[in-house]
Amino acid sequence: MKLLSHSAKLFITFLFAILALNSGCSQEEQPGAPQPAAQGEQATSESSRTADGGSGTTAKSARAESIIIGVAGPHTGDLAPYGIPTMEALEMLAVEVNNSGGLLGRPVTLLAMDDQCKPEIATNVATNLVSRGASIVIGHICSGATKAALGIYKEADVVAISPSATNPPLTMDGEYPNFFRTIAPDDKQGQLAAEFVTDTLGAKKIAILHDKGDYGKGFADYAQLAFEEAGQAEVVLYEGVTPGAMDYSAVIQKIRREGAEAVVFGGYHPEASKLVGQMKKKRLDIPFIGPDGIKGDGFLDIAGLNAEGVYATGPKDVSTFPLNQKIRQAYIDTYGKEPGTFFDQGVAAWQAALNAIQVAGTTEYAAVSKALKTSRVETTVGQIKFDQHGDAEGVGFSVYQVQNGVFVQVQ
Amino acid sequence: MLPGHRSIKTALRTALWFMFLTLPFMVVRVNTLKGEVEWRWQNMLWVGLAVFLLAIVWDIALSNRHKRSDRKPSASQTLSRLSQRVFHDKTVYLPIIAGVFCLALLFPWLFNTYQVNIMVLALMFVVLGLGLNITVGLAGLLDLGYIAFFAVGAYTYALLNTKFGVGFWFSLPIGGIVGATFGILLGFPILRLRGDYLAIVTLGFGSIAKIVFENWEEVFNGAKGIAGIGRPGLFNIEMSLEATTTYIYYLMVALVMFAAFMTNRLKESRIGRAWLALREDEIACVTMGIDMARTKLSAYAFGAFWAGLVGVIFAARNTYINPNSFTFMESALVLSVVVLGGMGSIVGVMIAAMVLILLPEYLRAVAEYRMLVFGAVMVLMMIFRPQGLVSNVHRYYRKHSETDAAQKG
Amino acid sequence: MEYFLQLFSSGLTRGSIYALIALGYTMVYGIIQLINFAHGEIYMIGAFVALIVSGVLTIYGFSGASILVFAAVVAVIYAAAYGYTLERIAYRPLRGAPRLSPLISAIGMSIFLQNYVLLAQTPDFLPFPALIPEFEFIEPLAHIIGSAELVILTVSTISMIALTALIKYSRIGKAMRATQQDMHMARLVGIDVDRVISVTFVIGSVLAAIGGVLVGSYIGQINFYIGFMAGIKAFTAAVLGGIGNIPGAVLGGLVLGLSEAFAAGYISSAYEDVFAFGVLVLILILRPAGLLGRAVKQKV
Repeated sequence: MKLLSHSAKLFITFLFAILALNSGCSQEEQPGAPQPAAQGEQATSESSRTADGGSGTTAKSARAESIIIGVAGPHTGDLAPYGIPTMEALEMLAVEVNNSGGLLGRPVTLLAMDDQCKPEIATNVATNLVSRGASIVIGHICSGATKAALGIYKEADVVAISPSATNPPLTMDGEYPNFFRTIAPDDKQGQLAAEFVTDTLGAKKIAILHDKGDYGKGFADYAQLAFEEAGQAEVVLYEGVTPGAMDYSAVIQKIRREGAEAVVFGGYHPEASKLVGQMKKKRLDIPFIGPDGIKGDGFLDIAGLNAEGVYATGPKDVSTFPLNQKIRQAYIDTYGKEPGTFFDQGVAAWQAALNAIQVAGTTEYAAVSKALKTSRVETTVGQIKFDQHGDAEGVGFSVYQVQNGVFVQVQ
Repeated sequence: MLPGHRSIKTALRTALWFMFLTLPFMVVRVNTLKGEVEWRWQNMLWVGLAVFLLAIVWDIALSNRHKRSDRKPSASQTLSRLSQRVFHDKTVYLPIIAGVFCLALLFPWLFNTYQVNIMVLALMFVVLGLGLNITVGLAGLLDLGYIAFFAVGAYTYALLNTKFGVGFWFSLPIGGIVGATFGILLGFPILRLRGDYLAIVTLGFGSIAKIVFENWEEVFNGAKGIAGIGRPGLFNIEMSLEATTTYIYYLMVALVMFAAFMTNRLKESRIGRAWLALREDEIACVTMGIDMARTKLSAYAFGAFWAGLVGVIFAARNTYINPNSFTFMESALVLSVVVLGGMGSIVGVMIAAMVLILLPEYLRAVAEYRMLVFGAVMVLMMIFRPQGLVSNVHRYYRKHSETDAAQKG
Repeated sequence: MEYFLQLFSSGLTRGSIYALIALGYTMVYGIIQLINFAHGEIYMIGAFVALIVSGVLTIYGFSGASILVFAAVVAVIYAAAYGYTLERIAYRPLRGAPRLSPLISAIGMSIFLQNYVLLAQTPDFLPFPALIPEFEFIEPLAHIIGSAELVILTVSTISMIALTALIKYSRIGKAMRATQQDMHMARLVGIDVDRVISVTFVIGSVLAAIGGVLVGSYIGQINFYIGFMAGIKAFTAAVLGGIGNIPGAVLGGLVLGLSEAFAAGYISSAYEDVFAFGVLVLILILRPAGLLGRAVKQKV
C-alpha cells in the first residue's frame, strides 16, 4: 500500500513538473501560440499566418514582437451569424497586412475567440486575450457581452472597438474610456424611427412593441422617448411580446383595437417576420418599422412576400464607397460568399485600429486611444474619427423600405 | 465477448432503420429561396456505419446489464468494488486527497490568469453540483429550475452592492440565506407533488424567475442587466485583475472544500439518512415517523443555499449580470453534472463538473456538440450506469476485525 | 364584442394546437406514468420534415394540394417513427427503474433531439411555405377568423374525433384502455403490453406532427427550438385537464389557449409565459388531479 501511494505521489509530482515546464515554456517562447487551452482552429490559421508574413527572421523572434489583436464575438451557437463575418474578414485582412510587411514593421497576430454572446464567457475571453498580451480588441459583438468584458480591458489598458454593440450607455456614461465603436448607438436609431413615422408617414397614433430583450427594448424605449418629446403623435400601446411564442394574433388584435396607425417594433427578425405575417393574415394594413436587427437577408427570407413595404432603420448605405467595394470583393473571392451582418463595421474597426497604431507609432494604450480620437481615417463606413465618448463621428442611420424583395434606402 | 450472429443481424436492421430516420435531416438540406437541394448521401453512410457499431456495443452492454442484475460478477462490478476500496482505504485516499489539494493550491502559480479564470467557473459548477446533489441526488426531488436560486444569489449581491454599497463578504452569507429562503418558499406549495409533477413545476419556477428578472425593470434593471458590481475586496486593498482572479480562485477552492465537507457530514447525519429514505420510498419513510415536510424543505433549503452562495461569487467575478445567464440550459447543465457524477456521490459530482465545464473550454471542437453530448449522456447514464461514474459510497458499519483482515490480505 | 370574438378565435386556435400535443402527453402518462419530455421535440420534427419535403417537392416542380398532402403524410410517418424509436431507446430499457430515471432520460432525449436538428440542419429560423390556401368565402370574416385558423380548428377536431373512435371501438384501443387500468393484469390476459405502449407513442407522435405542420404553415417559420415551449405549454394543458384523461387534455388545451389569449388581450402579453406557468402551479397546488381527473389514492 505504502509503496503504491508513494509512487502515485511521485507520478503526480512528475505530471506537475511536466505541466509546469510546458506552460512556462509556452509563455516565454511563443506568446502568440495557443496555450494547451486554446482553440485548435485558430491555432492552425494563426501559425500559417505568421508564416505568410515571415520576414526572414526565425519564428521565435518574429512572434515575440508581433502585435496581437483580439477578435471577440459569437462564433458558435445561434448568434454566430453576427460574429463570423467580422472574424473572417479580419483573418483575411491580417494575412494581407502581414504580406505587405506588417504593422510598424511587426507582424500582426490575430486571436479570434468565441464568447457566444454570454457575459460569463465574455469575461473568460477577455481575461484570455489580456493574459496573452492582446494590445487591441475588435469586439465584442453583443452589448451584454461587451459590458461584461470592458471592465477587464479597462484594467489591463486595452482598447476595445466594437462593430455592433449599440447600447448607448456603453460610451455615454463615461465608465469605459477604452471603448470605441464604429456603429451609431441605439438612441439615434430610435429617434430616427420616431421622426420618420411622424414626419414622413404622418401617423398620429403609434403602437410600440418590443421583444423584452436588451436591444429590442432599448430601441423601443428610445423611440417612445422621441415620440413623447416631439409631442406630435400619441403612443397608444406599449407592450412586450414573448419571443418564441406560438402566435401574436392577440397582440395584433389589440393594436387594431387601439386604432394605431403605425407599429414600431424593437427586436430581431424572427419575431418581426412573425408579426408582419400575422398582421397580413389579420388584415391589419398599417406601416411597420423596425431597427437594424431586421434589416437583413434573414428578415427578407423568412417574411417572404409579407416583407413588402416594411420599413427598417439601419446604418447608412455604404456599399457605394470604393474602399468598401474593394474589400467586399476580396471577401467574396476568398470565402465564396457574400459577407454578412456587421461586416462593414467590423472592417472599419480594424482599419481604425491599425491606423491608430500606425499614427501612434506604438501599441501603448494612451497613445493609441489619443490617436483614435484625433486621427481621421478612411474606412468601409466612410471617413471616421471618434468623439470624446468613443462614438464614431460620421456614421449614422437611414430608413429603408422593402421594395420588390430588397431593402431600398428611402431617407 | 464476440457478438453473435443474431446480434449482427439486429445491428444491421437497426442501422437501416436509423438511416431511414436520419434521411431528411442528415442527407437533405433544402434552400427554398434559391431553389437548391443539397443531397449529402455520405452522411447516410456514416450514420449507417456508426449505428451498426453502436448497436452491437449496445447489445453487449444491455446483456451485461442483465447479467449484472443476475448477480454475476462483471467488469463494472469489479470497478465499483475498486472505487469502494479507494474511498474506504485511508492509505489510498489520503495521498490522493493531499495530491489534489496541493495541485489546487499551486494551480494559480502554474497557469495563467485565463486558465485560473476557467477553473473558477468549473469550481462554481462543482459547488452548484454539490448543492443540487442534495436536492436531487440525496432527497430524490428532481429540480429543473435550480439555476433560479443561483440567479437569486447573484441578483441579491448585485442589488445590495450597486444600490446600497454592501460589501462582498457581508453579502456572501446573505446571498446563501436568501437562496435558502426562496428554496423554502418555493418548496412549500409543492410538498405534495410527486416526482414528475415536481419536475415540471420547478421548471416553471425557473422560467418565471427569469421572466421576472427580465421584465421587472424598476428593480432588476430588466434585460439590460446590472453592471459595475464590486469585486470581492480584502481589507480595502486595491487589487489588479490578476490578483482578484487568484483571490476568487482560492475563495472557490475553500468553498468547494467547505461544501464537500458539509455535504459529506450532512449525508451521514440524521437528516441525510432521512433524505435517502425519502428518496427510496416516500410512503414507507413517512410511516416510519419521518417528518416529510421538514425533510423535503430542508433538502430544498440546503440545495438552494449553495446556489445562492455561488451566485454571489458569480456576480462578483463577472461584475455584470443579466438574465441570459440563468436559462434552462444552465439548469440542465448542473443536472447533467449530478447525473454524470452519480446521484448522491460527492467525488463523482466534482469530477463530472470538471469534465463537463473544462472539456468544451479546452476542446473547442467539442463545444459545438456540447449540448448534443449532454443529452446523450443523460440517456445513456440512466440506462447503463444510473449510479453515475463514481457510485455513491455509504459508510458501512462493519466489525473492525473483518475489514482489517480484508486489508491485510 | 368584436374584440372579444377576435381574441376568442385566436385563443381557440392556439388551444387546439395545445390540445393536439397534450393528447400525446396524456396518453403516454395514462399508460406508463411517464412525462414524455421529448414529446415537444416530436412536434418540432414533424414540422421540420414537412418543411423539408415540401421544399424538395417545390423545387422539383410539384405544386398545390399534392405538396400539402404528401408533406403532411411524410411528416406524420417520420414523427411516428421517431416516437417509436424514442420509446425503444430511452424508455423501454428503463421500465421498472426508479421513477427519476426515465424522467432524466426523457430530458436528455429532448436536449439531444433539439441539438441534432440544430447541427444537422440549421440554428436559424426557416421560412415555412404557406401550405394552407386562402379561402374566398371567409374573406369578410378574415379579421376575426382566417382560413388558416379555420383549417387548424377543422383538422384538429377531426383528429380528436378519430382518436376517440379509435380508443373506443378498435381492438388496440381496447387493449390500451386495459393496459391503462392495470398493466400487470393486462399482460396476464394476453395483451402484448410492449406493443400497446409502442402504439401509444406512435399515435401521440402522429397527433403532435399534425399540430407541427399546422402551426408551421400558420406562422410561416420554424426552428429547432419551437418544440420546447410548445411541449411545456401542452404539458400544462394536459395537467390542467387531468393527466391521463383524454377529454381532459382537450379541455385543458382549450382553456389554456383561451386564457392566454385573453390575458394577452386584456392585460399584457409581456407576462404570457408567467401566466401559463402560474396556472400550472395553481392547478397542481389546489387541484392536483386536474379539471376532469379523479384523485387516485396511491396504494402500496
